[in-house]
Amino acid sequence: MNANELTIAEARDALAKGELSVVDLTMACLTAIDAGTPLNAFVHLTPEIALDQARAADARRGEGAGALNGIPLGIKDLFCTRGVASQAASNILKGFKPEYESTVTSKLFEAGAVMLGKLNMDEFAMGSSNETSCYGDAVNPWKVDDRKLTPGGSSGGSAAAVAADLCLGATGTDTGGSIRQPAAFTGIVGIKPTYGRVSRWGIVAFASSLDQAGPMTKTVRDAAILLGAMAGHDPKDSTSADIPVPDFEAALTGDIRGKKIGIPREYRMEGMPAEIEALWAKGREMLADAGAEIVDISLPHTKYALPAYYVIAPAEASSNLARYDGVRYGHRAKLGQGDGIVDMYEKTRAEGFGKEVQRRVMIGTYVLSAGFYDAYYNRARKVRALIKRDFDQVFAEGIDAILTPATPSSAFGLGEMAHADPVEMYLNDVFTVTVNLAGLPGISVPVGLDAKGLPLGLQLIGRPWDEAGLLNHAHVLEQAAGFVEKPRKWW
Amino acid sequence: MSIDIETARRVAHLARIRVDEADLPALAGELSGILTFMEQLNEVDVEGVEPMTSVTPMRLKRRQDVVTDGDMQDKVLANAPDAREGFFAVPKVVE
Repeated sequence: MNANELTIAEARDALAKGELSVVDLTMACLTAIDAGTPLNAFVHLTPEIALDQARAADARRGEGAGALNGIPLGIKDLFCTRGVASQAASNILKGFKPEYESTVTSKLFEAGAVMLGKLNMDEFAMGSSNETSCYGDAVNPWKVDDRKLTPGGSSGGSAAAVAADLCLGATGTDTGGSIRQPAAFTGIVGIKPTYGRVSRWGIVAFASSLDQAGPMTKTVRDAAILLGAMAGHDPKDSTSADIPVPDFEAALTGDIRGKKIGIPREYRMEGMPAEIEALWAKGREMLADAGAEIVDISLPHTKYALPAYYVIAPAEASSNLARYDGVRYGHRAKLGQGDGIVDMYEKTRAEGFGKEVQRRVMIGTYVLSAGFYDAYYNRARKVRALIKRDFDQVFAEGIDAILTPATPSSAFGLGEMAHADPVEMYLNDVFTVTVNLAGLPGISVPVGLDAKGLPLGLQLIGRPWDEAGLLNHAHVLEQAAGFVEKPRKWW
Repeated sequence: MSIDIETARRVAHLARIRVDEADLPALAGELSGILTFMEQLNEVDVEGVEPMTSVTPMRLKRRQDVVTDGDMQDKVLANAPDAREGFFAVPKVVE
């Protein structure tokens, strides 16, 4: 076994015992990244930073070292990293090297982590297949025929890199499912924490009331370790919660006896593949066998989550992305004779933003424009309140966690949705988007393979701020499912 | 609600995104499709519901209204496509 194939927990233990050095571990990852070029997961490599951090981590080993001392990670391109390209997979941020470090990456470095480089993603995190990236598609390491499959999106590079053992873990961000859907498509674990658990400062903003960063890892235990290092109050993010961060790893007791698991009937979608239905039933059985009580519940406004999301997220995006004007950073279009400042804005944004980003900015502009604000935006925010109320009610009735499918299918082929209606692509988020609207924590856990041999995941949704309980439920599901399959190496 | 070419042109301008005249009909069609999808929201009874403004009932923290950093003009301008004499430079705005 190569060192890059270790989990975070295994590497931590091997480093503590002196069986492995951080430099060797980091070199193993850099070698794997080099061989993994066809996956297009890493888009900016930082080997010098990685080796400097690795040597420093080796020097610190032993008592008192941080929780992630010497653990090599990949960082989604959405996070600002000082002096290192951070362009949200967009041409409009080409050449942008921040003068500051995001709170999350600062915390990871304080905990001793090693940064291997920046990871591919959908442009501005807008997409479900990593096909809107300015770097080209990231590719799923899972493959069952000659087609190349999507790793999902928007955190597609993070998912591909972790699944292919190019790094031990990665950061992701999730606005409508961008951690959980790619985790499910690649057979790994991904958790979106409660809104406010992880600081958004220094993460390129997409939809500020929905965005939340979280870990993408090989196991639930690793997710607990990594989340513990990412989470915590940050005065620089006014929506960051000033509450203590529990020891998530210590919460993995494996005991969920007497816990109530809700099964929402509205998630049984028309036309849902039988395999997904069967996987969901299997998940229910596993949790019941572990002593949990399975309860049928209703979340009546579920079907309105996607349309509400596709009003609110573009509205916030149109406002957030107004800052890309060719003045302060990134790309500026070449101007013609006599072009004024408005020409500069319009040409810069037409050249710099890809098609999907342009579409969403324009939809957002429309729903916020005079005369339509109430009809679309305010109505969507009211529907959002009802979606949240649905969850509040079931939690008030004693439900501890909710079990649903993570995605409506396994990974699809790159390019297969090229001619689909944009709305068809949006349906990928159907099971995950409610969680962002309600601000809840949600985790995707790999549970099995479909008939084609591709991974499928289930999602658990927790009470606000109960990531500890949620991770413990996920840990039980993971142990019961015993998912150990890895993609066959073709790259 | 369907978006006509004139509305598409107006939205593109409001968003400050240059769209070629030839691409406006396709854009209008796409935006209309997305808006039709959103219209499902009209089925929901939202009478008396307050729009959601925050995900958890949490009072935003206040801070002292004081200067906490500054004096880093070079860092502020480091990524500018055009910076001159300590300023961001743009095409002439006032005739």
